Amino acid sequence: MIPELGNLCLMLAFALAVVQGVLPIAGSFNGNRRWMALARPTAAGQLFFIVLAFGALVYSFVANDFSVAYVEANSNSTLPVYYRVAATWGGHEGSLLLWVLMLTGWMFAVAMFSRQLPQETVARVLGIMGLIGVGLMSFMLFTSNPFDRLLPGALDGHDLNPLLQDFGMIIHPPLLYMGYVGFSVAFSFALAALMGGQLDAAWARWSRPWTLMAWMFLTLGIFVGSFWAYYELGWGGWWFWDAVENASFMPWLVGTALIHSLAVTEKRGSFKNWTVLLAIIAFSLSLLGTFLVRSGVLTSVHAFATDPRRGLFILVFLAIVIGGALTLYAWRAPQVGLGGRFSLFSRETLLLINNVLLLVCAGTVLLGTMYPLFLDALGMGKISVGPPYFEAVFIPLMLPVLFLMAPGLFMRWKETSVKQIALRLKWVALASLLTGAAVAFALSTSVMAAVGLILALWIVLATASHLAQRLGHFAAGTSLRNRVASLPLSYWGMLTAHLGISIFVIGVTLVKGLEISNDVSMHLGDTTSIGGYVVQLTDMQRVKGPNYMAAQGTFVVTKAGQTIAVLKPEKRVFTVQQMPMTDAAIDRGFTRDLYISLGDAVSDNAWAVRVQCKPFVSWIWAGCIIIALGGLLAASDRRYRMALKKNRKVVARSVSPTPITVAE
Amino acid sequence: MKRFILPLSIFVILLLFLGVGLRLNPHEIPSPFIGKNAPAFNLTQLHDADKTISPQDMRGKVWLLNVWASWCESCREEHPVLMDFSRANIVPMVGLDYKDTRPDALKQLGDAGNPYLISAFDGDGKVGIDYGVYGVPETFVIDKAGVIRYKYIGPVTPDVLANKLLPLIKELNRA
Amino acid sequence: MLKSKFMLTLLAALLCCMSVAHAAPAQSLAADPVLEKRMLRLTEELRCLVCQNQTLADSHADLAIDLKNQVREKLASGMSEQEVIDYMVQRYGDFVLYRPRLFGATWVLWFGPLLLLLGGLGALVLKLSRRKAEAVVEMSEQDRARAAAMLDSDESESTAKS
Repeated sequence: MIPELGNLCLMLAFALAVVQGVLPIAGSFNGNRRWMALARPTAAGQLFFIVLAFGALVYSFVANDFSVAYVEANSNSTLPVYYRVAATWGGHEGSLLLWVLMLTGWMFAVAMFSRQLPQETVARVLGIMGLIGVGLMSFMLFTSNPFDRLLPGALDGHDLNPLLQDFGMIIHPPLLYMGYVGFSVAFSFALAALMGGQLDAAWARWSRPWTLMAWMFLTLGIFVGSFWAYYELGWGGWWFWDAVENASFMPWLVGTALIHSLAVTEKRGSFKNWTVLLAIIAFSLSLLGTFLVRSGVLTSVHAFATDPRRGLFILVFLAIVIGGALTLYAWRAPQVGLGGRFSLFSRETLLLINNVLLLVCAGTVLLGTMYPLFLDALGMGKISVGPPYFEAVFIPLMLPVLFLMAPGLFMRWKETSVKQIALRLKWVALASLLTGAAVAFALSTSVMAAVGLILALWIVLATASHLAQRLGHFAAGTSLRNRVASLPLSYWGMLTAHLGISIFVIGVTLVKGLEISNDVSMHLGDTTSIGGYVVQLTDMQRVKGPNYMAAQGTFVVTKAGQTIAVLKPEKRVFTVQQMPMTDAAIDRGFTRDLYISLGDAVSDNAWAVRVQCKPFVSWIWAGCIIIALGGLLAASDRRYRMALKKNRKVVARSVSPTPITVAE
Repeated sequence: MKRFILPLSIFVILLLFLGVGLRLNPHEIPSPFIGKNAPAFNLTQLHDADKTISPQDMRGKVWLLNVWASWCESCREEHPVLMDFSRANIVPMVGLDYKDTRPDALKQLGDAGNPYLISAFDGDGKVGIDYGVYGVPETFVIDKAGVIRYKYIGPVTPDVLANKLLPLIKELNRA
Repeated sequence: MLKSKFMLTLLAALLCCMSVAHAAPAQSLAADPVLEKRMLRLTEELRCLVCQNQTLADSHADLAIDLKNQVREKLASGMSEQEVIDYMVQRYGDFVLYRPRLFGATWVLWFGPLLLLLGGLGALVLKLSRRKAEAVVEMSEQDRARAAAMLDSDESESTAKS
């Protein structure tokens, strides 16, 4: 019963999406207020029904209803209940429902927080999001329905893939999808602006907080994915340039370019066409990612069960959405004006360079990811493109981006003097060069690592210097507290995010340069040493989990006689899928992680053990979180909240906006 | 004006590639040996450990090399097809028993029938690696001069036999 | 039967006590750690053919273990890293390399990023120099009034912003 109800809700939501996709947009062109007014209620209705549908699916999992094919394929009665909930998005069909849930969520949020926007704009934005929903919901209803029944029902299920039975599975996909889908808001704003011919600073102001929030979620989603892979996969790696990882990284890169570009459009009214194009590209890359994971076109550890028929459906969907958006762009963008002028040396130019660099980075990742497909399609053979390639081309591209983050702070809008900035930064340059080189020398790292450290310090010191300058601008006698409070949150957001990047860079640089790993065979009582620590295997036990059996080793880590940690890695065999899995034990620290993973038994009383010391790897995670925090701070800036608060009063008044066209 | 159409054009090209990509199989790895000499080996025969077999022995004839193992499920699937093929006596087929044990392999052939002229025993799989074998079963078509002309990956079906292997064998026999 | 079971348990217990009492340094898993590191570094750039995108070094698949053994043997016999790579490519094609070789078909792959960068920066320079030549956009009275209204209601244009 419940699955059928869920299916019904899905169909009702689909019907509402069709209404929402057609009438409000049509109404915005022929002035039909009733049609335009449908946008908000249909958004609310869709959210209501999709939440019910999603709830029905979760219920089916929790209640172990194995007559639902999707539940049978992804769950098992011995699966702990929190993983049964997470299994809802563990497969293709359910993850689509999660996507749609996020979409309706964002849609509803836009409907709620858009009182200050003209009705045409709201109608168009929600209409476009509705059309996206139509595509995804029809994809589900016609090819990938999570509520399909399995008759006769199975007695028990195939269990969730053991690799996914982890806390990471509970938060990674939702965060990631919040990010992917969140870019649809910027996308819809961009298309709405193109439709209305109304591309001005106000549009950028409306888009920016939404884009920042989506970007923040995507940052967190990618971070959790990496963090999870690090402790889950057992060998201490955290980024493999896998096709699906790249599919999440590309929208992030373009999204970063977009938030910078929006800053310019918001303040100076420049780059309007370019910003619109970026918004379209960012979401298009999100959709491309969805295609890559589900179509079987590329090989990836992340890929869902593949089916070329589904791939074709998504491809057509991509063609319509992205093709339509880019066609609209090609048609309407030329009519949008140019915006404020600026000289060659100005903040605008620097941000444009930032954008070019970030887009080249994204383009490079796209090139590398798709190249095997390109060659194969042209009949030129099969090659593989992996981490050695990406690292070789990506790092040189990122260096100028990192370098420019420092002078960028000091550049003024419209016009600036390169000489002045060089003078301003000369002590920062000297300090970062010397300190970075000294630290690199002390730790005996490679030249590349030294470069990374120097750049990270360059950014940190320049940021500190700029902050000091800003704080010094106030009238004498102003307390520090007041000074800090007076600086806008968007400024603090920028500082935080940039600081996060430098911390991230330090983490990556040092871990790559300094990590050590030892593969040893250990009997009970054996010791091995790594990075100044002594690790001893003191016990080996058989442990039973809810749906697995495991061999668990107890390792005591000491340094100079003092016990630092007791680690218990496991080697698990999951009973249903008969799949072995290593569960590494990690002692996390500010300056290093100690990482122990258990291998196979080498003989009756000896086991293969891999012990790793990873210096500063926690800085990678800290950096990511700080970057995301920066995004949150920037999105919470007063001017966005003010606009919200004030214009709630305006709702009572009838609003009839006059379209403004920029004089040619 | 043109530059506004650029993003759309790039997208259309990408779309075309993705469309073609849907028809391709990213897991299938083509053999780099097509058109090259079959790598030499000198293995003991499965049925008689005192005798050896090498590709040289098959010179002057068109022949098939079928990589199989007793533990391989898909090999059991293709076995009846191979049996029919060997009965038709078109060209000889040599088996390469990959990473197997003699008793298991001999039992398998005893139970299901032996379609091979001779089976070479590649216990440690080294010859398999030399031939770029990455999964069983795999079937090579080798011509009179000892050059590999075709490699089929996966169990041979009657369809594959009729449409891919037999026409090629006929052509090579004429040469 | 019971007696042998008892003996086994006793042996195991003794073994436990003995092992813990004599804390011996663990032996490296590989016979030759230096060779092993070379092998791992090399196989980190090679692809496991039967996996869903994993390096040979990290994979536990049968074929991966066989190939790692082969690589170890070849390195031990004196082959250089490049010769081992050629050996693998000879047998499995370019698919097995995670670092694509540079030949005709991969020119665009390896030089593409640089070309994209030069193209992007070039287009930027071109556009900026063209903008200088364009006339300034004049604002209409209506636009001016609207701008003034917007500026009045806009609270957060921070004056300290540079």
